[in-house]
Amino acid sequence: MSPAALFLMRMRGILRKETLQILRDPSSIALAIVMPLVLLFIFGYGVTLDAEHIPLAVVSADTGPMAGDMVARFDLSPHFATTRLHSMAEAVQQLNEQRIDGIIRLQNDFSRRLHNGEQVPVQLIVNGIDANRARLIQGYVRSVMGEWAMQRRARGEEAATPPVSVAQRVWFNEESDSRNFMVPGLITLIMTLIGILLTALVIAREWERGTMEALLVTPLRRVDLLLGKVIPYYLLGMIGMGLSVGVAVTVFNVPFRGSIGALLLLSSLFMLASLGFGLLLSAAIRIQFVVAQVSILAGYLPAFFLSGLLFDLESTPRFIRVISHAVPARYFVAISHTLFMAGDIWPILLPNGLVLAGMAVFFIGLAFRNITKRLER
Amino acid sequence: MQSLRRILALMVKEFILILKDPKSRFVIIGPPIIQFIIFGYAATYDLQNVRYAVFDESRSTLSRELLSRVEGSGIFRLSKSLLNERQTATVIDDDEARLLIHIGPEFDRNLRNGLPATVQVIADGRNPNVALIALGYFGTIVEQFNQDLLRHGVVTRAGPWVRLVDRAWFNGNLQSRWFIVSALGGIISMVVVMILTSLTVAREREFGTFDQLLVAPFTPGEILIGKSVPGMVFGLMDALLFALGAVYWFEVPFRGTIPALILALLCFIVTIVGVGLLISSLSMTMQQGLLGSFVFIMPSVTLSGLATPIANMPHWLQVADLGNPLRYIIIALRDIFLEGADSTMIWPQLWPLMLLACVTLPLAAWLFRHRSQ
Amino acid sequence: MAGGIDSKEPVPAEVVLSVQGLKKEFAVKKRPPVQALRGVSLQAMAGRVTGLVGADGAGKTTLIRIAAGLLVPTEGRVTVLGFDSVGDTLEIQSRVGYMPQKFGLYQDLTVAENMDLYADLQGVPGAERAERYRRLQDMTGLASFTRRRAGDLSGGMKQKLGLACALIKSPRVLLLDEPTVGVDPVSRRELWKIVYELVERDRIGVFVSTAYLDEAERCSQVVVLHEGQILAEGTPREFMQRMEGKVSRVVPPQAGKPRRLYTRLVGREHIVDATIRSGLVRVVTDTVGIGSITAALAGEEVAAIEGIQPNFEDAFMAIIPRAEHHFQPARGGDTPAATPDREDEVVVRTRELRKFFGDFEAVKKLTFEVRRGEIFGLLGPNGAGKSTTFRMLCGLLAASSGEISVAGNDLHSSRAMARSRLGYMAQQFSLYGQLSTLENLRFFGKAYGLDSGRLRLRLEWAFAEFDLGRWRDKAAGSLPGGYKQRLAMAAALLHEPDILFLDEPTSGVDPFARREFWLRINGFAEQGVTVVVTTHFMEEAEYCDRMLIMSQGDTLAMGTPNEIRALVRSADNPQPTIEDAFIALAEGEVVPLVIRSDAGSTEGADK
Repeated sequence: MSPAALFLMRMRGILRKETLQILRDPSSIALAIVMPLVLLFIFGYGVTLDAEHIPLAVVSADTGPMAGDMVARFDLSPHFATTRLHSMAEAVQQLNEQRIDGIIRLQNDFSRRLHNGEQVPVQLIVNGIDANRARLIQGYVRSVMGEWAMQRRARGEEAATPPVSVAQRVWFNEESDSRNFMVPGLITLIMTLIGILLTALVIAREWERGTMEALLVTPLRRVDLLLGKVIPYYLLGMIGMGLSVGVAVTVFNVPFRGSIGALLLLSSLFMLASLGFGLLLSAAIRIQFVVAQVSILAGYLPAFFLSGLLFDLESTPRFIRVISHAVPARYFVAISHTLFMAGDIWPILLPNGLVLAGMAVFFIGLAFRNITKRLER
Repeated sequence: MQSLRRILALMVKEFILILKDPKSRFVIIGPPIIQFIIFGYAATYDLQNVRYAVFDESRSTLSRELLSRVEGSGIFRLSKSLLNERQTATVIDDDEARLLIHIGPEFDRNLRNGLPATVQVIADGRNPNVALIALGYFGTIVEQFNQDLLRHGVVTRAGPWVRLVDRAWFNGNLQSRWFIVSALGGIISMVVVMILTSLTVAREREFGTFDQLLVAPFTPGEILIGKSVPGMVFGLMDALLFALGAVYWFEVPFRGTIPALILALLCFIVTIVGVGLLISSLSMTMQQGLLGSFVFIMPSVTLSGLATPIANMPHWLQVADLGNPLRYIIIALRDIFLEGADSTMIWPQLWPLMLLACVTLPLAAWLFRHRSQ
Repeated sequence: MAGGIDSKEPVPAEVVLSVQGLKKEFAVKKRPPVQALRGVSLQAMAGRVTGLVGADGAGKTTLIRIAAGLLVPTEGRVTVLGFDSVGDTLEIQSRVGYMPQKFGLYQDLTVAENMDLYADLQGVPGAERAERYRRLQDMTGLASFTRRRAGDLSGGMKQKLGLACALIKSPRVLLLDEPTVGVDPVSRRELWKIVYELVERDRIGVFVSTAYLDEAERCSQVVVLHEGQILAEGTPREFMQRMEGKVSRVVPPQAGKPRRLYTRLVGREHIVDATIRSGLVRVVTDTVGIGSITAALAGEEVAAIEGIQPNFEDAFMAIIPRAEHHFQPARGGDTPAATPDREDEVVVRTRELRKFFGDFEAVKKLTFEVRRGEIFGLLGPNGAGKSTTFRMLCGLLAASSGEISVAGNDLHSSRAMARSRLGYMAQQFSLYGQLSTLENLRFFGKAYGLDSGRLRLRLEWAFAEFDLGRWRDKAAGSLPGGYKQRLAMAAALLHEPDILFLDEPTSGVDPFARREFWLRINGFAEQGVTVVVTTHFMEEAEYCDRMLIMSQGDTLAMGTPNEIRALVRSADNPQPTIEDAFIALAEGEVVPLVIRSDAGSTEGADK
């Protein structure tokens, strides 16, 4: 037989074996299918920075119509669940007990001073423990007040506009829905799990069960060994990705504005980079227990924290930012956010994609160098 | 007496094993340090270096004054000055800036003539949180700018005008690092306790020493106690070390009492030991134990309120989250650190923990007895 | 079966494997490298079985792995079929069948799928497969299991499937690394039949390492490896000829009670080896004649001392130098046991014991008794239910129905204190590998409630008795195999138990450590300790007072070694071994017979 026919036969054998193993091993299925779905649902529902029904106390001693109008605006806002309180002391106590997140206070001369054309302060006290939430509350309150002033003007009542006003718009995500941001990022995490954790575990298991030794003494080439692992797990990762994108678009109604082709191309690059890293790990470590720990520490955690998935990278100290450049997930998070929310914007996709391609070549190349047909290293 | 001696022997053995085994040692030291760095530095909602682009058509004293305030805020960093309208279309798309400030040509003139002027701001919504917060900062800057315009008489026109005076309690500068770092003790003790206890039985099973233990005159209760104490000690130790780190390294205020801190951590750790032993009794191999603790740790951290508020979740998830021990310790720790709670004030967080412990521990003991056959 | 192959040789043999000046070092952290092989040269021929024997750590596996191209030699070279093991690894690998100690079958794949995989990897053309598969499956008896998953096969079947995979491309050389470890005698015999068939029909060369010395005896050529060096080389016959006149058997005065004589002989001057075989003591001396035996047994009553035909094992024991294996047992009777009336007291009793796993009945109505001071063996092929029975006895597993009583308690339901009277030694080394010897012993001592005074005394005893002083502060996991086993035994005996449960205590232990181990067990039994032991080494069953042979959860036979052997005694085989009896029983050639060994009737069958 020709070398090419022999090569194809070997590939057929090893690919069939991997496929059957994946199909029959519940833990592969769990990691590749169940885990992504669970992650998607937990994050899709559980992790949201958008606040609704924030408990807020309104303390207003003024019974005038203008104050009433203002208070009604807060009542109507979907962001707040207001309670009317009559004394500041009561409100402070509730804030201390964390039954409310903030207090809005209108002074008793609110209407009068407004009528006189003076400057009237509206006091807002928020619980600052969750700084992020506190900032969001401040922002929401400010926008409610802005709407109030605008409406008054629209009705022709006298309402001063500040000298400079801000006309703000948020692009790509008009409602500022954090799910649109979270879910595409998550896909990165899921592919990381499949690419690094699953791949490394499976190879370590071959060492532990002694099947690797039997494989090594067959006339298998190093390339065969590499391809035999890369192809099935690449496909598995792409299936996980497709599944996640499907759920994101259908269940969570996340917009997808890019093209499928770009998604396939770029996620392939990311998948290959992750796989390369997983293969490298497994070439170095042959014990499942250790591989699991290392891949969580070196693969999962960085993908979670250093990729810009949840926390904004640009606001972190410089050394964290420097480290984050070594994390493949970082580039793919940028890609998937752009693909989902903005579309095929090649000036962003291209550089990120190139880095991923470089990483894929680097990691797979290194893994290939580390694959040996001997038991020793 | 005999029983005590056996428990003691088992405990001593567990301590020696944990300290001698490089992997276990790593579990006590590695994840804590990594989490310290990640949570302390990387997990932050405080914005810095928000890249913005400016298209200033006014090019006047006032517009420059406003922009210099933006630059001087310490939050924004100018990445590009645009020269024509066309560039505004792509600067956000291509991620050259996350915020575009557009000041129209009439800006200065309008203001000086007593007319309102508008500044247009476009934010990149791909990261909505950053967008909203950055817009909030910008709004505050503009508000301050307005005040000063009036005060210095640049703008003379005054009318009735509602002004927001905001203040944040407990965390005046709104530093999100305090919020995250103060809760670290809970997470770290959970990870350490979970990994140590969830693997403890499986490891003995894999090395074949478990039968040896079962054949020796230990009662299941003795084995469980002997196995849980080292995890508790190391978990508590790590948590307290982190409290020190939070206060002295990250300068988080500690306003509560130390007994309250220890009490809360202890209650929490006992509950987690229950969960860890539960997983331990269920798993036959270390890999299952590891996977089991991962399956528990991941959602419980995600839904703990550490990074995103529990109040933002859908109602059904909030109800389900009542069974998450981590949420209670995180609230308790924040109360202790930032609000100055003492032992009585954290009671609302303590009793659910105790209740959970009353479920997990007996269940673990029961399962242990039934699965160890 | 195969002894005559070399005599039928028509043409000069072709060398298929050649090892020249082979050295191999393994780097160890912070220590001088381990010398696994220190200059080995040998050859293996086509159409012959070349056996590689030696104790644990002799370097057998390393040598075979180098030949398979899995390791790179430090010095010297190996050529297989003329190809260099380093330079032409792939050439070798497409012409050689290799079966590692633990053959890596994919447990999730079926028998057919495993074979397909290796056929693909070895490039077996599709047209040849049907014929090849049929032949391999016929030979291995796997034909009716092709759709079963490899993980669901029995231990013996797995080995056969491993062999079938290694043979998938009609290799010209077959490398086997301890192919029969942990395989029951019936499967072992079948496996060897396949190998010899191939050697005779296809004239392939087989290079096999083994720890079973009876297997070595059937090889055409044997190489004895010791600490990385070749000690001796030749045909088994040459080995045995050297022992002519040095092997005798001592017939005890009272049939079936050879233990006393055996204990007297072990370790004495000029006595190289003493074992109990077929109810008699087999003695190997380093002098011709029986002079040294009579000297050693001065004052003992002996029925006869006769010279007998040596076997390979005798030769092997005589060749291997033994500095540290010199063990003098505590003589039975020197430290009299505290229980004078030990003969009659029943310590372990089961009645109609059953165990179900789901629908599967693993143990079927087992009834037996063990008396104080007895050594009771549980024997059977893999999956016979002996481990299940054993675990129920120790209280590690609940019985589905029936009664169990160990020292008057059912250990599974009784309070923890009841367990403090028994000692337990698990199948694999199961102490804490990271703890030092002392820490391990101290832990188990305290676990069994020894107070500090008594603990100190017992620790002193353990270090002296088992000669562990040198290893006191070393991590238990780093001890050499024999010492690990000593430590495990010390831990089991620290609290002076009445009953000792030993689960396959000698699996994976070399012949020397095994002999030493049985000697100790004998000593403890003499002191009144009851011993329940499982083993799959049939010759070890000779050391038991009584044994229970199980198959498929059922009792196949129960009785003293003499009674069991009597089942298969015939004119062809006047001195059958337990293994002969076992195989006959397992293959159904002998009607399963349960001898109710009530007190008094034990000697009956031997007459």
